Amino acid sequence: MGKEGGCGQNKTMVKQEQELANRPDNTAFTQQRLPAWQPMLSAGIVIPGFVIIGLAFIGIGVALFITSKNIQVMEMDYTGFEPDSDCFKCSNPEEKNCVCQLDFNISSRFEGPVFFYYGLSNYFQNYRRYGVSKDDAQLSGDLDNFKSPSDTCSPYDTDGIKPIVPCGSIANSMFNDTFLLYREVNGTNELVPLDGKGIAWWTDYNVKYRNPNVTPLKEAFEGTVKPLFWPRPAYELDTSDPNNNGFINQDFLVWMRRAALPDFRKLYRRIAQGDYARGLPAGNYSLKIAYNYPVLSFQGRKKVVFSNVSWMGGRNDFLGIAYLVIGSMCVFMSIVMLIVYAKFKFPEED
Amino acid sequence: MPLNLFEQFQRIANAYFLFLLVLQVIPQISSLSWFTTVVPLVLVLTVTAAKDATDDIVSKLRGEKWMNVQVGDIIKLENNQFVTADLMLLSSSEPLNLVYIETAELDGETNLKVRQALTVTGDLGEDVEKLADFNGEVRCEPPNNRLDRFMGTLTYAGQKYPLDNEKVLLRGCTLRNTQWCFGLVLFGGPETKLMQNCGKTTFKRTSIDRLMNVLVLCIFGFLAFMCTVLAIGNCFWELNEGSNFTAFLPRQDGNEATFSAFLAFWSYVIILNTVVPISLYVSVEIIRLGNSFYIDWDGKMYHAANDTPAEARTTTLNEELGQIQYVFSDKTGTLTQNIMTFNKCSVNGKSYGDVFDSTGQRLEVDFSFNSLADPRFVFHDHSLVEAVKLENPEVHAFFRLLALCHTVMAEEKREGELFYLAQSPDEGALVTAARNFGFVFRSRTPDSVSIVEMGRQRSYELLAILDFNNVRKRMSVIVRSPEGKLSLYCKGADTIIYERLHRSCSKLMDVTTEHLNEFAGEGLRTLALAYKDLDEEYFNGWKRRHHEVSTSLDGREGKLDELYEEIEKDLLLLGATAVEDKLQDGVPQTIELLSKAHIKIWVLTGDKQETAENIGYSCNLLREEMNEVFVVSGNSPEDVRQELRSEVSPIGKCFPSHPIHFFVLIRGSELAFLRLACLCKAVICCRVTPLQKAQVVELVKKHKQAVTLAIGDGANDVSMIKAAHIGVGISGQEGMQAVLSSDYSFAQFRFLQRLLLVHGRWSYLRMCKFLRYFFYKNFTFTFVHFWYAFFCGFSAQTVYDEWFITLYNLVYTALPVLGMSLFDQDVNDAWSFQHPQLYVPGQLNLYFSKKAFFKCALHSCYSSLVLFFIPYAAVHDTVRDDGKDVADYQSFALLTQTCLLFAVTIQLGFEMSYWTAVNTFFVLGSLAMYFAVTFTMYSDGMFLTLPSAFPFIGTGRNSLNQPNIWLTILLTSILCVLPVVTYRFLFIQLCPTINDKVMFKVRQAKATPPPPPRRTRIRRTSSRRSGYAFSHAQGYGDLVTSGRFLRRPALPRSSGFSHAGRTTTSFSPMGRSAGYSPTGRPQNAKVSDVEVTSLQMYKTIRDPAL
Repeated sequence: MGKEGGCGQNKTMVKQEQELANRPDNTAFTQQRLPAWQPMLSAGIVIPGFVIIGLAFIGIGVALFITSKNIQVMEMDYTGFEPDSDCFKCSNPEEKNCVCQLDFNISSRFEGPVFFYYGLSNYFQNYRRYGVSKDDAQLSGDLDNFKSPSDTCSPYDTDGIKPIVPCGSIANSMFNDTFLLYREVNGTNELVPLDGKGIAWWTDYNVKYRNPNVTPLKEAFEGTVKPLFWPRPAYELDTSDPNNNGFINQDFLVWMRRAALPDFRKLYRRIAQGDYARGLPAGNYSLKIAYNYPVLSFQGRKKVVFSNVSWMGGRNDFLGIAYLVIGSMCVFMSIVMLIVYAKFKFPEED
Repeated sequence: MPLNLFEQFQRIANAYFLFLLVLQVIPQISSLSWFTTVVPLVLVLTVTAAKDATDDIVSKLRGEKWMNVQVGDIIKLENNQFVTADLMLLSSSEPLNLVYIETAELDGETNLKVRQALTVTGDLGEDVEKLADFNGEVRCEPPNNRLDRFMGTLTYAGQKYPLDNEKVLLRGCTLRNTQWCFGLVLFGGPETKLMQNCGKTTFKRTSIDRLMNVLVLCIFGFLAFMCTVLAIGNCFWELNEGSNFTAFLPRQDGNEATFSAFLAFWSYVIILNTVVPISLYVSVEIIRLGNSFYIDWDGKMYHAANDTPAEARTTTLNEELGQIQYVFSDKTGTLTQNIMTFNKCSVNGKSYGDVFDSTGQRLEVDFSFNSLADPRFVFHDHSLVEAVKLENPEVHAFFRLLALCHTVMAEEKREGELFYLAQSPDEGALVTAARNFGFVFRSRTPDSVSIVEMGRQRSYELLAILDFNNVRKRMSVIVRSPEGKLSLYCKGADTIIYERLHRSCSKLMDVTTEHLNEFAGEGLRTLALAYKDLDEEYFNGWKRRHHEVSTSLDGREGKLDELYEEIEKDLLLLGATAVEDKLQDGVPQTIELLSKAHIKIWVLTGDKQETAENIGYSCNLLREEMNEVFVVSGNSPEDVRQELRSEVSPIGKCFPSHPIHFFVLIRGSELAFLRLACLCKAVICCRVTPLQKAQVVELVKKHKQAVTLAIGDGANDVSMIKAAHIGVGISGQEGMQAVLSSDYSFAQFRFLQRLLLVHGRWSYLRMCKFLRYFFYKNFTFTFVHFWYAFFCGFSAQTVYDEWFITLYNLVYTALPVLGMSLFDQDVNDAWSFQHPQLYVPGQLNLYFSKKAFFKCALHSCYSSLVLFFIPYAAVHDTVRDDGKDVADYQSFALLTQTCLLFAVTIQLGFEMSYWTAVNTFFVLGSLAMYFAVTFTMYSDGMFLTLPSAFPFIGTGRNSLNQPNIWLTILLTSILCVLPVVTYRFLFIQLCPTINDKVMFKVRQAKATPPPPPRRTRIRRTSSRRSGYAFSHAQGYGDLVTSGRFLRRPALPRSSGFSHAGRTTTSFSPMGRSAGYSPTGRPQNAKVSDVEVTSLQMYKTIRDPAL
C-alpha cells in the first residue's frame, strides 16, 4: 500500500514537472532582480562633493601655478622680419650660408638644467598629407624600400632617376639652422657646450628608427640620393659622432616626431655640461645662427627658447589657472546649490 | 519574404560602408586606413547573419499544420476540434444532422449555435466510401468577409439545394457536443471568411524607429554641412597659407584650391562619418532582443495552470510598450473566462451565498447526499442545503423552477452521468445549480420534463413554452405536475418580472430588490424568478386561443405576445439568482492600474450590449460615479449622426450597437464618433465585426496619433491585433489565431500590467537612455575632429590614433552602454506598480524626442570643445619633465582620446541609475581594456611585427608617465561632467519629475518595496441591475417542443440516490454541467474529494418514507 502510494506520488511529481516544463528559471538575472547600487544625485552627495572637488582643485591649482611661475623661459624671435634685426639680411632666400647673431642678456642666473629649443610658428607639420609623406619601412632600415620608396613619399620619392633616402616631405623639410651659444666672460666669448645626446625619445632612437645592418653605413645608401633640401646625405649628418648618423640622428628624430599644432618648439640641445649644469649664469650671451631655413614665404616665424623644467614639465600657466577657476566655480556652485536646496527642496509629499 | 526593417537598414548600412570603403582607397581622399571601416562592417555582417539564422530557425518551427487542406476536400471533425477551413456541413453524428458549434473565436458570442446539414447529404452518414463517392457541385459567392451571410447552391443528383449560413461551418468555430461531423471544404487558407477578416499584415515599426529615421536624415544633412564648412575652410586655407607652404609640401595636382577643397570634403566625410549612427541599428536590435528575452523569462508572467510563459514573438517593438496610450481589448476570453457560475441567490427574502466561518475561510458545501450532483459545482452557503433538506417549500419551488423553466437538453450517456446542452452559459449554470440542490433535470420529451426531485423521479407535463426574446426579456413554461397541479414558471429580467407581480408580493419585492442591488453591485448577472398556479379552466381557454393564434397567418407574433402578456401576470415572486460571468484573475485591478497610468481602455466586442455593459461594470471599467452613461444605438445612419451631435457629458460610455449602422458611422461621421469617444472615460463597442475592430483601431491611430495596443484571444481579434501598434494574444487556449498574429502573447489579461508598466517602461527608459548616450558619445567623438580642422589646415587629419577610431565604438564603449541598456531600471517592479504615473513620460515621448536629441547634440558640442581646447591649452607650449617633446601629434592624440574616453565613461556613470556587478565590471573593464589595448598597440613587439600599422610605438610610455598629462585628463573629465551634474541637481530641486519624486521616495523607504496593495473586493451599491444574457436570437423553444432532438433512446431510469455507485472519475473532463462553460474548462472547480457526511445519513433515513 505504502509502496503503491509512493509510486503514485512519484508519478504525479513527474507529471507536474513535465507540465511545468515551460516555467522560466527563477534567477536574479532572468527576473531582473540583480542586486544593484542605485546612486542618486542627492544634496547629501552633490553639495559636499562639489566642496571637496572645489577645494582639491584650488589646492592643485595653487601648486601648479606656483610651480609654473618658478619655471624660467626666455624666447627670442630670430626670423629677421624686422629690418633692424641682425638676421634681416639672411631672410632673403637668395642668401646662401648666411650667419647672423642674436645678442641677449640674462639678468639673474638661469637655473639648470637649461634646455635649448628652436620654435616654428604657422608651420603645419600636422597637415595630413605632410604627415603621411614618409616611408616607415625605409626608416626602419628595410633596404628594399631604399631602392623603391613608398608612393606616400611622392613627390620626394625619387629625384627622377634615383630614389631619395630618407624620402618624403617630412624628412626633406628637416630643420637645418644651427646654433652656437657664446657667453661673454671677461670680454671674450666663451663657447657654451651644447649636449645633443638623448634629446629624442628613447623608443624612437632604439626601436622605431633603425639603420640598415650595413657597415659602413654609407654603402647602404649606394644608389640613392639625399633629400633635395639637405646639404649632406643622411649618413653624414653628424661628422663628429658616427653613431648619430643615418636615421638615428637625434636632430632627425626630433624633427620626425611631428608637432600636433602649427606653433611648436622642438628640443635642440641641453645645456648640462661642466659649469653650466647648474644653469646659465647672469651675463651677456650671443647666439651665432647659421640661417638656412626659409619660413618667411609662408609667414612663418623662427625663434629660440631657453627654458628649465619642473615636475610638471615646461612652463604652462594655463593648467594652474584653470584648476583655480574651476575649483572656485565648484565652491561657488555648491553655495548656490545649498541655497536652492534650502529654499526649493522639492516637496516630499505626494 | 517580408522585408524587415533590419534588413532594409542593413542594405543602407552596407551601401554606406561600401561607399566609405571606395572613398578610402582613393589616396588623395583617404584620411583613414581601410581597417577602420572594415572591422565594423565585419562585425555588423556577423551580427546580421546570426540574427537571420535564428529567425530562420524560429520561422521553420512555426509552420502551420493545416496547410494541406484544399477546396473540395472532405474532412472529418471530432468533438472540440477547431474548424480550420470554411466547410459545407455534410453529415453529423447527432440526430437530424445537427451540429453544435461555439463561435466565441469568431464573433465573441458565448452561446452555442446550431448548424444543420441538408438531409440529402446527411444520409451519407459516417460511410467513408459513400462520402468519397459524393459527387455534387457547389456554386457560391466569392470569398468575402461577411460572417453572418452565405449564399450558394448545391447541385447533387440533378437536384439543386440552397445553401445558407446554417449549413456552413466557418473557420474559427469549435465543434461542441457533437461526436463527429463531415464537411466539404468551400474556402481554405486566405479565402476563408475569418482570414478575410484578418486585415493586412503590415510590418510594424516603433515611433522611436520613425524618429530615428528622421534624425538619421537630419544627421546626414548635418554631416554634409560640416564637411562643406570644412571644405570651404580648406579652400581659404589653401589660398592664404597652403599655397605659400609649397616649399615643404608641394602640390602634386596643381595649385587648385577648389580641387583641394573638393577632396577635403570627401576626406571629411570619411572622418566625420561616425556622426551617422549606422552601428546604432545593430545595437538597438541587440538591446531589443535582450529586453524581449526578459519578457520570455519573466516568472511573474508565467501561468502555471496551463504551463504558458509569456512570449515576445516580435523582438523589435519593445520600447513602444512603454508608450501605449490606448488599449483595445476583446471581452470574451480576454477579460472574462467565458465561464458562468451560480454564485448567490435570494429565496423568499433570504439571501444565500457568501458565508465565511470564524476563520474567514469560505466553506464548500458538501453535495454528497445527491448522487447525481455535479462534483465540480461549488457553493459556499450551507444553509441553503439545509433549507432544501428541511423541505422549505419556497426553496423547493425555487429550484423546481430552475429545473423546469429552461430550454436545456440533457444527455445521459451512462447511468448518472448527465451532460447538459445549453444554449446560453447562464442557463447551463442555473440548471446545474438546481441539479446539485436536489432538483435534477434528467430528460425531456416534446411534452414532458423529467426531473429527479430530492431523489424522487417526477415527470411534469410540458404544456407550453413561452419563449425568450429580446423584447420580452423573460421566458415561462406552463407545466402540470404529476399531482395534476397546473403552474406557470417564469424567469427573466427583474424589472420585467416586477411589473407583472401580484400586489401581495410588495414586501418581498422590497427585500429582494435590496438583494438584487447587492448582487448587481458585485457585478453578478441577476435574474428574478416567479411562478403562479393556473386555473384549469382558464388555461384551457388560453390554450385554445393560443392554438388559433399559432395557426393564424397574419400578425401572428404580435398576437402571440399579447397572449403571453395576458397569462404572465399576477405572478408570485420566488426570489432571484445571481450568476457570475467569471472574469479572468485580476482584471479589475489591472484595469484600475492601467487607467491610473493614463492608458485608455476600450472594449471592442462582438457580444451583446447587455453582456458588455455588465462586464464593463464588473471589471471596473465602468464605475458607478460615471453617472452619465451615453449609449449610441441608433438604428439608422441618421439616428446615429443625431445622437453623436447631441451634447453629451464627458463622462460615460458609448455603445455603437448595430453592426450595419456602425459601418455607416465609420464612413459617415467617424470624426464625430472619435471626438465623442475620446471625451468618454470608458468606451465599449458592442456587436462589432472583426474588421470593424480593426477600423476602430485605425481610426484612433490615424486621428489621435497615439500608440495603440490591442489584446485578444480569438480569431476575431486578429484584425485589430494586426492593426494596432502592438498586438497581444492570450495564449494557452485552444485557438492559436490571435497568438500567431500577435507581437506578444501571454496567458492572462492581468499580465498586461506587467508587460506595460514594468517591461514596457523599462524598455522605453533603457532605449531612450541608450539613444541619448549613444548620440552623445559619437557626436562628442566626432566634433573634436571638427575643431582640430581649424588647426591642421583643414587637411582631414584625425585627432585620434586610427586604432582608437576603429575600436572606440566596438570595444571601448560598447559594453558599458549595452550593460546600461540591458540592466538599467529607475525603480523596481513593485514600485512601478505602486506609482503607475511613472508610465506617463513614455506616453508623452519625454525621454527621447527631437528636443532631447538637440540637447544631446549641444551637450556633445560643449564636451568636444572642452575635450579639444583644454588639452590644446595644456600642452601646446609645454614639454616633458625631462625637457623632451610632449606636444607632438602622437602624444596629443593619446591625450585627447584618453580624455574623451574618461569623459564619456564618467558621463555614462551619471546616466546609469542601476549599478549591478555586471555594469561595474563592464565600465571598469572597458577602461582597463582601453589601457591594455593601447599599451599593446604601442608596444615594441607590435611595431616590429607590422611597422606601418602601429606607428604610435612608445607614445604611451612617453606621455602617460607625465603628471601634467594626468592633470589634464582629470581637468577635462571634471569639466565635462560638472555642468551636467549642476544642471540635473538644480532641475531635480526646482522642478522634479515624477521619476525623481519616486526615486527619492524609494530612497527614503530604503528600497524595501511597499506592502502589496490590499486586494479589496470591489463592492458597489448599485441601482443598476444586469440583464439576463440569453442568446440574442430567439430561444430554442420551438426546437424543444418540436421534438426533433429527441430521437436518441433514453436510458432506463433508476432512483437518483444510489449511495454506492458514484464515482467522480467517471466524469469526462469535457462534460459540461456544473457552472456551465461552453469551452469546457472546469469551473467552480472543486479540489478535494467529497466526504461522506451525516447529511447522507439523513437522506437515507428519509428515503423509505417516499
